[in-house]
Amino acid sequence: MKITVASGKGGTGKTTIAVNLALSIKNSMLIDCDVEGPNSHIFFKEPMVKLKDVSIPAPKFDLDTCTLCGKCVDFCQYNAISIVGEKLLFFDELCHGCGGCKIICPVDAITEVEHYVGVIEKGGTGDLPVYHGMLNIGEPFGVPIINELKQFADDKKTTIFDSPPGTACPAVETMRDVDFCILVTEPTPFGLHDLTLTVDVIREIGTPYGVVVNRDGIGDDRVDRYCEKENIPLLAKIPNDLEIARLYSSGVPMVKGLPEYRKLFEEMFDRIKEMI
Amino acid sequence: MVKELTIISGKGGCGKTTIATSFAALAKGHVMADADVDAADMHILLQPEIRKSEVFHGLNIAEKNDDLCINCGKCYENCRYGAFDPDNTLHPEKCEGCAVCELVCPVNAIKMVERQAGESFISDTRFGPLVHAKLHPGEEASGKLVALVRKRAREVAESQGKDIILIDGPPGTGCTVIAAMTGVSLVLVIIEPSLSGIHDAKRIIEVAKHFQIPAIACINKYDINMKNTEDILDFCKEEGIEVVGKIPYDDTATGAMLVEKTVVEFTNGPLAKTIKKIWEEVEKAL
Ligand code: SF4
Ligand code: SF4
Ligand code: SF4
Ligand code: SF4
Repeated sequence: MKITVASGKGGTGKTTIAVNLALSIKNSMLIDCDVEGPNSHIFFKEPMVKLKDVSIPAPKFDLDTCTLCGKCVDFCQYNAISIVGEKLLFFDELCHGCGGCKIICPVDAITEVEHYVGVIEKGGTGDLPVYHGMLNIGEPFGVPIINELKQFADDKKTTIFDSPPGTACPAVETMRDVDFCILVTEPTPFGLHDLTLTVDVIREIGTPYGVVVNRDGIGDDRVDRYCEKENIPLLAKIPNDLEIARLYSSGVPMVKGLPEYRKLFEEMFDRIKEMI
Repeated sequence: MVKELTIISGKGGCGKTTIATSFAALAKGHVMADADVDAADMHILLQPEIRKSEVFHGLNIAEKNDDLCINCGKCYENCRYGAFDPDNTLHPEKCEGCAVCELVCPVNAIKMVERQAGESFISDTRFGPLVHAKLHPGEEASGKLVALVRKRAREVAESQGKDIILIDGPPGTGCTVIAAMTGVSLVLVIIEPSLSGIHDAKRIIEVAKHFQIPAIACINKYDINMKNTEDILDFCKEEGIEVVGKIPYDDTATGAMLVEKTVVEFTNGPLAKTIKKIWEEVEKAL
């Protein structure tokens, strides 16, 4: 079974829910897809060990052969190539590795080399393996790493994906092809606004989903009212407890520091199983 | 010269928008830009009146004409993003707009077509002009939309003789963040003293260094974990990053949000005072 934990707004507690759910159920694994800022590993003592580099194929130009015809420049949809005066310039950080320039070059001046965009690392324990990806500093596009990360999901385990925040391409990538999606939000205007955006996306994708309200008590009941009106199942509420925030800040999972919360996550998982 | 300040945190939920909107209320002669196009929230507190809206096109998308297709398989072989099934069925939602399929199709059965990827707005608020945007769900090229927001904000600043642009940045380190940071005069990094907050703040400071953008920092909810706050102060010292303020944990921020006001409008209490002090420091640094 595959469950994605997502939220439109960052910092709502996505990682908290993902980590604690993974710790509260049997035979689980955790894949942190927030490759721009992976945080799940912080809650596990075991160090993350590099599994592999992630690369995309990028063009390499043989400048002796190149006739500066400009066809590759015109073709590239991402403006990664330009010709200034008598010089061809390639901006590797804009390249998506589509291979189009190589096809279009009339004199075969282009070959392909690996362009490294990030790494995939593994940690956790044999019982609960944790994977994450990390986008290199200065690299703009994390989707190739997310796509590779998703391959590590083990069909014999319950895989929890920690999604990147937002509703753009990388986040949507992790909400597709899973059995269930948990949307984490806060009972505030920002929380509700970003939740409605995420609900629009998930409805379009068609994945079954439910909402978890984090820091319950800090705001008002606008999220409850919205969920009721829209017929969205409310899976759980986690109270606004300074002790939870303190544990979080030191990298201690809530169910370890406050074991009474384990039940909340177990029940959440039972409800999810009923819904799929 | 117009100066641009980007407020950023790496991790979401560190109080970035709370601080950005308070700055918006405190600053004079400024334009605001919400660069968190993926989950824009500034407008909730600023209640903009939209004056001008504009369609954002982003990347083109492949469209296939099945009547012309001879099933040669070239599109499936050459698309590197898995947008074609082995039977050459196209899944437009997986298309990244590279145009390779259009290039290789021998019978011109594929055309790249424009699509609407979002909208950008120029609005008036009680604190001056706001440029904001909405990216349609699932779209790529959000970095391009951020670039458009910043371009329009500069135009507004120039035409109205404003000299500061306040940019509320997105989370992460990817294309939207890079687009929100490159070439600005200063970035203010909001750091939360949790291990995750520090982890992400370190990454965002590296991004600033990578693009050679001057950075200063402020710690939010510093009293949640004093040890981590000490670590942040040490780290910033090592990196030569000035820490312009420490904000205590305070529920007032949420209280202000609930009535859709900025903190400095909502109260004159300690939180508002701290933010005011920080703004003065930031203004000096700009
Ligand atoms: S591989 Fe594609 S994205 Fe990269 S430079 Fe060539 S045409 Fe542009
Ligand atoms: S298409 Fe080939 S020959 Fe033409 S400019 Fe590009 S690399 Fe040079
Ligand atoms: S434009 Fe590129 S990504 Fe889109 S379907 Fe064609 S080959 Fe694939
Ligand atoms: S390349 Fe063109 S003709 Fe060949 S399968 Fe694709 S759409 Fe059909």
